[in-house]
Amino acid sequence: MDKDINITVKVWRQKGPKEKGRFETYKLDNVSQGSSFLEMLDILNEKLISEGKVPVAFDHDCREGICGMCSLYINGHPHGPDSAVTTCQLHMRKFKDGETITVEPWRSAGFPVIRDLMVDRYAYDKIIQAGGFVSVNTGGIPDANSTPIPKKNADLAMDAAACIGCGACAAACKNGSAMLFVSAKVSQLALLPQGKVEAARRAKAMIAKMDELGFGNCTNTRACEAECPKEVSISNIARLNREFISAKLQD
Amino acid sequence: MWLLNSSIGKKLIMSISGLFLILFLLFHLTMNVAAVFSEEAYNVICSFLGSNWYAVAGTGVLAAGFLIHIGYSILLTLENRKARGNDRYAVNARPKNVEWASQNMFVLGLIVVCFIVLHFSQFWYHMMFAELIGHHEVELGGQAIGTTDGAAFIKYYFSNIVVVILYLVWYVALWFHLTHGFWSALQTIGWNNTIWLNRWKIIANIFATVIALGFAFVTIFFYLKSLC
Amino acid sequence: MTQINSKIPQGPLADKWTNYKDHQKLVNPANKRRLDIIVVGTGLAGASAAASLAELGFNVLNFCIQDSPRRAHSIAAQGGINAAKNYQNDGDSVYRLFYDTIKGGDYRAREANVYRLAEVSNSIIDQCVAQGVPFAREYGGLLDNRSFGGAQVSRTFYARGQTGQQLLLGAYSALSRQIGLGKVKLYKRYEMVDVVKVDGKARGIIARNLITGKLERFSAHAVVVASGGYVNTFFLSTNAMGSNGSAAWQCYKKGAYFANPCYVQIHPTCIPVHGEFQSKLTLMSESLRNDGRIWVPKKKEDAEAIRAGKLKPTQLKEEDRDYYLERRYPAFGNLVPRDVASRAAKERCDAGFGVNNTGLAVYLDFAEAIGRLGKNVVEARYGNLFQMYEKIVDENPYETPMMIFPALHYAMGGLWVDYELQTSVPGLFAIGEANFSDHGANRLGASALMQGLADGYFVLPYTIQNYLADQIQVPRFSTDLPEFAKAEKDINDRTTRLMNIKGKCSVDSIHKELGHIMWEHVGMARDAEGLKEAIKLLKDLKKEFWTNVRIPGEAVDQNNELEKALRLADFIEIGELMAHDALDRKESCGGHFRTEYQTPEGEALRDDADFSYVSCWEYQGEDKDPVMLKEPLDYEFIVRQQRNYKN
Repeated sequence: MDKDINITVKVWRQKGPKEKGRFETYKLDNVSQGSSFLEMLDILNEKLISEGKVPVAFDHDCREGICGMCSLYINGHPHGPDSAVTTCQLHMRKFKDGETITVEPWRSAGFPVIRDLMVDRYAYDKIIQAGGFVSVNTGGIPDANSTPIPKKNADLAMDAAACIGCGACAAACKNGSAMLFVSAKVSQLALLPQGKVEAARRAKAMIAKMDELGFGNCTNTRACEAECPKEVSISNIARLNREFISAKLQD
Repeated sequence: MWLLNSSIGKKLIMSISGLFLILFLLFHLTMNVAAVFSEEAYNVICSFLGSNWYAVAGTGVLAAGFLIHIGYSILLTLENRKARGNDRYAVNARPKNVEWASQNMFVLGLIVVCFIVLHFSQFWYHMMFAELIGHHEVELGGQAIGTTDGAAFIKYYFSNIVVVILYLVWYVALWFHLTHGFWSALQTIGWNNTIWLNRWKIIANIFATVIALGFAFVTIFFYLKSLC
Repeated sequence: MTQINSKIPQGPLADKWTNYKDHQKLVNPANKRRLDIIVVGTGLAGASAAASLAELGFNVLNFCIQDSPRRAHSIAAQGGINAAKNYQNDGDSVYRLFYDTIKGGDYRAREANVYRLAEVSNSIIDQCVAQGVPFAREYGGLLDNRSFGGAQVSRTFYARGQTGQQLLLGAYSALSRQIGLGKVKLYKRYEMVDVVKVDGKARGIIARNLITGKLERFSAHAVVVASGGYVNTFFLSTNAMGSNGSAAWQCYKKGAYFANPCYVQIHPTCIPVHGEFQSKLTLMSESLRNDGRIWVPKKKEDAEAIRAGKLKPTQLKEEDRDYYLERRYPAFGNLVPRDVASRAAKERCDAGFGVNNTGLAVYLDFAEAIGRLGKNVVEARYGNLFQMYEKIVDENPYETPMMIFPALHYAMGGLWVDYELQTSVPGLFAIGEANFSDHGANRLGASALMQGLADGYFVLPYTIQNYLADQIQVPRFSTDLPEFAKAEKDINDRTTRLMNIKGKCSVDSIHKELGHIMWEHVGMARDAEGLKEAIKLLKDLKKEFWTNVRIPGEAVDQNNELEKALRLADFIEIGELMAHDALDRKESCGGHFRTEYQTPEGEALRDDADFSYVSCWEYQGEDKDPVMLKEPLDYEFIVRQQRNYKN
């Protein structure tokens, strides 16, 4: 059964991208274990506001684990110690009475800190803009059932497409690599006949953009996969490598 | 050139050079095991790998493989540290399924290289290198020994318990390095999927164990032999 | 009195849209390059419109409040998207989809709009498949369908329980392509805070940069608002924390009519409220009602025992359970439309049969489905939803029935638009949930995705040209015009006023109070007395807000509390308008249920003679009561009936 717990929260506070940050420690009493982690931060912020202090800035939106807006590196794990959830789905029942919880922003050169726990993940959008699409315009499309797709491929594509673009993969990676994110999109589209047409072009363009943006090189540690809230598999990275190498060999 | 410019290209170079070194390890192990059964046979191989042009050429290729592998490991590690950003996490936790070796490949590699230096100073420097600069005999523990008498070198060094322990440490580091390196190389080439991931990992573990135990067996064998 | 012109084309229902397209004005490619369009929002409607307009050659300025266009709340839609493909050979057709949607909306939507929606629905599926949306498929490689509430055919396409995500990512990828090509300029973490009119036409917006806190001016030949719905007025809803009605509300204040504000949808299957600290409610997809059976205990003492934790639901015998939807609506059973299912749940809970420690929950039981299909099949269909439920509630829904309760979900009401999706302000368009158009008084499941994408991909890119064709001589506007300066100053004044209150209450605490008032008096069951009470309470709350709110930090800086305060100021006013509208509509229809107007069996009692109109509210100024104009709803093609889901 859920009960109320007393906790200490160590939160990274940083006024701006160029300012020096530091940890601030706050005590919170009687937090219900039934509340979500972000609701705990709401309670903290209410407390800070009532004390006339500036609340902690953090990103969040849908609070049901799908928009990918929430981040937070909690006790050494992106999205906290629970598996296969985002921070907004993490509940306080995963923490013990008296525990000290350390909350940090994503730390990766590709994701500069904006303020406190907010980081700029626009680099991921830029990678998609470089090639993470099928080049079709609106309209003039043949019937949806005109090209049958094996269920297995459709399912594998869906597994990859489940990526929410939260950035946990690069945040978890000791190399600051974005390969899991890139591979998820490349895989999804390479597995479907609609995306196959420009698969080679896509893989090259997205990798080039990823490298240009300063993400690191994948060394297959699998931390990304372990911390991914949507459990996207590194077999997608193998597929991306295949797609990229064969695309380059064909040139 | 995409091999040199792109992240996957650079990784591919690491992967191919790593696989090449793995093949070499296999060959070296076979050679060592031969010494257990017949010291003469071992010495035949040693003389074959002396200062002959093909052996020198082979050594050159091997050295190139090492240098590329090491050079790129330094390059990639530096790049990756930069990609990580200037601020480090205050708390770090290793998630389940993430092997310790995978996150410490550079350190493991560094240990392996240090021992290679030791190993070279003990063997290669007195054997192929000595031959190349015109010697046919070198002094070892007060005795003159032929540069192709590999078995004598083995017996000499592996009778020393300190050397044996150092070598065993080396094999352990090598084992860790191989358990990750082997399947990681195949993943980088793209020969992997959800099913083969686990298969490759098991094969990698078996392979690394065979290599490490094989070398350890030869080392311990000669140490025990020296006690008799 | 102003006449409302909805610009419905002449001709037979099935030909209207074709006729319109055949005769509308178009803009030639050379001129498209010279025209700028602002699109506010990057959800299904916004992203698809921005991408499609850019593909046509227009210059698009696209705004979103999140850090990426992919975060828009369309992403959270779970169940699916409707289309009249009839792939299942079960008798579906464009007409049937049209009919079901009109009926589902309780005959309070425009026939022509809904027919057009059904007509373009099939193209949406084609488009999405071409973009690489991984819809669920059969082993033969063809697309799979499932059924949804309010329909007797299986016409819902889905991608696991993440259809909204996949469709949005499809639109986002099309948008990203245009951003990469430089045809769309994206402004992320920007919030539209006002629309600027020049000579009576919408010519730009003022947006607040949420990182720097600075106000910035943008001009264009047309403005498209795709900013979603306003149900966060209730504080607790299934909407995202950032979802707000402010962009639409600024349009209203600049003269755009706000239509049918009282029509909001309460979704029957959400995870019940847990405690005071709760920040939002999580939806469990309607698709669960395909296989789940909804029940409460038949005997009050059993319900009491369950509430006290003395009895487990699994211990209750079959004959002691009341499958009240199957009992009341034999023909549709658990798949009645959302408004009906929600009210039935509330009725049982009010009567004392509710479960959970609060008594505000009913069971959604999969035991029978697991017995019939096996756990594996159930897991394949709903696995991610079950996992989500378990993470939140800490109970295993494979072993014990889920607990659900209705929650605010969707706004059918919104900015009034004509057939061309243009508001009453020329040059100002509204698409997706932000407009009022297609769902009448209640939206059917899997229809929101359909409407958002229909508007963005296939309707607006046509209709906006009919307006822009007359704008090709208009050069680009300078943002130095006095209209822009005044709009910016007004917002600055408002912000300064807010920052200077320095009161005692946090924004959230006032928002929660607003939520309580709305849920209590303007929620699932409304009556004249309660609505009048709400109007009074809201007036007090507005005063409390403007005298006692506390906003820390600086105005010109990243300031989340200020963002929330600006939105809350509008939510309070939206709440007032909803109450006015609900009070005016003396009938029950769809999501609007007035307890005074119900049949003896407790069903909604419509009054077609007096209330067959769209209520269009016109802003009159600060502290003045708004004026309501009526757009009559003439049903030419179908006969209105009492909605019947019983037989």
